[in-house]
Amino acid sequence: MAMTMTQKILAAHSGRESVSAGELILADLDLVLGNDITSPVAIKEFRRLGRDSVFDRDRVTMVMDHFVPNKDIKAAEQCKMCRDFCTEQNVTHFYDVGEMGIEHALIPEKGLVTAGNAVIGADSHTCTYGALGAFSTGVGSTDMACGMATGKAWFKVPSAVKFDLTGKLRRYVSGKDVILHIIGKIGVDGALYRSMEFTGSGLASLSMADRFCMANMAIEAGAKNGIFEVDETALGYMRGHGCAEPTVYKANDDAEYDEVINIDLSVIEPTVAFPHLPENARTFAGIGEVRIDQVVIGSCTNGRLEDLIAAAEIMKGRKAAKNVRVIVIPATQKVYLDAMEMGLLRTFIEFGAVVSTPTCGPCLGGYMGILAAGERAVATTNRNFVGRMGHPESEVYLASPATAAASAVTGRLTSPWEVAEL
Amino acid sequence: MKYTGNVIKYGDNVDTDVIIPARYLNTSDHKELASHCMEDLDSTFVSRVKQGDIITAGLNFGCGSSREHAPIAIKASGVSLVIAKSFARIFYRNAINIGLAIVECPAAADEISEGDTVEADLDNGIIRNITTGREYKTAPFPVFVQKIIENGGLMEAIANGVI
Repeated sequence: MAMTMTQKILAAHSGRESVSAGELILADLDLVLGNDITSPVAIKEFRRLGRDSVFDRDRVTMVMDHFVPNKDIKAAEQCKMCRDFCTEQNVTHFYDVGEMGIEHALIPEKGLVTAGNAVIGADSHTCTYGALGAFSTGVGSTDMACGMATGKAWFKVPSAVKFDLTGKLRRYVSGKDVILHIIGKIGVDGALYRSMEFTGSGLASLSMADRFCMANMAIEAGAKNGIFEVDETALGYMRGHGCAEPTVYKANDDAEYDEVINIDLSVIEPTVAFPHLPENARTFAGIGEVRIDQVVIGSCTNGRLEDLIAAAEIMKGRKAAKNVRVIVIPATQKVYLDAMEMGLLRTFIEFGAVVSTPTCGPCLGGYMGILAAGERAVATTNRNFVGRMGHPESEVYLASPATAAASAVTGRLTSPWEVAEL
Repeated sequence: MKYTGNVIKYGDNVDTDVIIPARYLNTSDHKELASHCMEDLDSTFVSRVKQGDIITAGLNFGCGSSREHAPIAIKASGVSLVIAKSFARIFYRNAINIGLAIVECPAAADEISEGDTVEADLDNGIIRNITTGREYKTAPFPVFVQKIIENGGLMEAIANGVI
């Protein structure tokens, strides 16, 4: 029977020849993930199940990234609970301060996911690993607890929307602009309960950072998962990161899609999502002057090395506009080290930015860059809901690293095309 | 399962950041989470919500983060049921897993007004607006979902051996 990429992975993980949209299945999991916010709730639930041990100590992972280094006593206690649990359970992949990074940048970097895997994570942006051709989806803490105990989760098999990508991105345009453009087109519930499957000749021009960023924001269109067809670029990434042998699933030519959306990458412009929804996507024509107070470059969406390179390219030899606070957060220790060795940290510091240890901190209004009432930030993060980065009367504009850097130069929302011409 | 309560009504895309702002996610204490429920959307919610109240909302209720703290905060506030035009998928799953009753019913979500008294029989898929007399049909809960909610959540249902 004809199936989508997602359906093929779910069939293979539930011992079935085929599955079809709407069926309920029980799937075997290759990896179960949690962070310092969601794992404590999962650990409490796990205890109530009365199990002695997790299903597989190599396939449960916890990453301390949201409020670490501990932002306050309560955060410290939440991390301690995770640390104690992982020590007791002898969890192989427990990542604490010093080794940690933002989970969705770290997990692929550590080679813990490969094509064809089925992964759940108690974090909505777990859909990121679809960039590697895995089925990967966010769940809550109770599902995480059941997953830790049994190595299984139930799913309703999703239908899918296919994105047929053609063309090639223009200079200073990235995967972030593409996904904001797509969410602007289909809305924050445009793919609700469904898969977003990315394929087409345009894939060839997208870097892995572009793909991780796009899969990461599938949830912002309501999707269950985002997944990319695996090509040589993805296989090269997996080989380079010591991932397990990939199993590549291609959708059947006659697979049923609810909708096929054609995206010509060559016409995508730098795109910004205005407050307070990721679907409020706009290009720069006629946006007027939007003064800003802060720029954040980082997060699971855009804290990878390619993102920092894009920002540094714009910042090099320039200075941050007066009264604009610029915060750069490499997503992992490795990204931090690579950025240091490439001289990017010098560029950021000379520009007038601060460079932080990896943390989710400001993205969700936790710490490390909270906004006051009336303040505006341009951020390479993934959500711009009311109060997301601080005061309910503050505003977040979602953009690419190049756009965020260009805005930091001028002190107003600015296209990288404008600054590059200066 | 039958629920009766007065309605507190919201619009589309009520996200998990307004249901429970991330600045309060350094705890998983149910009462503490409830004390900040809806804070950034409706600062009056906590003071006016009564045991058994029903929330109605528009499209994509609970969009955003996977934080189970969001349905926990709503349930611990005393809310017995959320009726929306649609729910974000992680929130939907989380709500059932923790034993918060939720149901999709676009017509009811549209027509029921703030302050109306509503009665819902989810096993039979009937929502009745006592204030206006209007009745709405929904898909009845599957039996396993009924059992999860009756037992107070997935873990309780497993522990009680009912699923």
